[in-house]
Amino acid sequence: MKLKQLESLLGGLQQFSNPKVELEQYPTGPHIAAGLLYTAENSFDDISNKVVADFGCGCGTLGAAAALLGAEQVIGIDIDSQSLEIATMNAEDLELDIDFIQCDISNLGWRGQIVDTVVMNPPFGTRKKGADMDFLFVALKVASQAVYSLHKTSTRDHVKRVALRDLNASSAEVLCELRFDVPQLYKFHKKKEVDIAVDLWRFVPKRSRGKDI
Amino acid sequence: MRMLTHNMLSSNIKGVTNGFPLRIEVEKVVEKQVEINHDFLRNIFPKIDWKAFFDASRVMGYAELPEEAPEPSVLESDLEFLRKFHHALLELHLEEGALVCPETGRKFPVNKGIPNMLLHEDEV
Repeated sequence: MKLKQLESLLGGLQQFSNPKVELEQYPTGPHIAAGLLYTAENSFDDISNKVVADFGCGCGTLGAAAALLGAEQVIGIDIDSQSLEIATMNAEDLELDIDFIQCDISNLGWRGQIVDTVVMNPPFGTRKKGADMDFLFVALKVASQAVYSLHKTSTRDHVKRVALRDLNASSAEVLCELRFDVPQLYKFHKKKEVDIAVDLWRFVPKRSRGKDI
Repeated sequence: MRMLTHNMLSSNIKGVTNGFPLRIEVEKVVEKQVEINHDFLRNIFPKIDWKAFFDASRVMGYAELPEEAPEPSVLESDLEFLRKFHHALLELHLEEGALVCPETGRKFPVNKGIPNMLLHEDEV
């Protein structure tokens, strides 16, 4: 599938109707989602024929992109039931078979390392400090192959240091810097649209811990 | 929820030391056909907890799998086994029912195929 085609399919997905500020529910735009999954597949072979988990999947954009690129099994996990309803509809619209689980990522109970790749657009931790690193901590335990994640560029040094020192990453690499358009979803946004610099990261977990969480 | 997902998910209630595997209570199972991918099956096979998978497929109403996990070499040649493994792993979905913590008996409901694994405040 071509990048343009993937982006156009994702552009048709439904997004949050009533975003919840405490969960930092910002939609992952089709351009960013398509770019992330396309890179994971074409540069690193981390998607097709793989088991892919989408952490904090929201309306399921990243998971849908993974399924469109040939992931054998996609699991979308989110705490919010309304998001999962939309994500389910989105998957049905595209005739994709995706398993969804309602769960708080920080309380996820998981056996072994069957998941190859985790993709996520975590909460950036502006409302709940460190929320993105909590997601990364769990992702690096669950994935056997790679974790793709978005973090604010302003936290780049911190993310790298913590991932390598504390979170079981054997490598942490910024693949590119993106502009993340956050439309005026919430009342506290004064400007019409805010444009944040965000890094697309690829983390590789250390091998064969095989530990349950 | 597919049986592949069931083979990874466990109960994470505070104090529980072994939350795997979750027992399945079935109200409704649906079958959705997907294309078979032999390479994927050979790859995933060694990672599957066979006993949990065998028990789960039985509860889901599928009794064609061997109770003992076969030797990995069987996956190279036995297309009939691959078909059964594929069907139980990826085509059976728990649509309505519950997942039950093996230690505490706490039930996690499954509605419209989605298990609700949210914990109560006193379980975290």
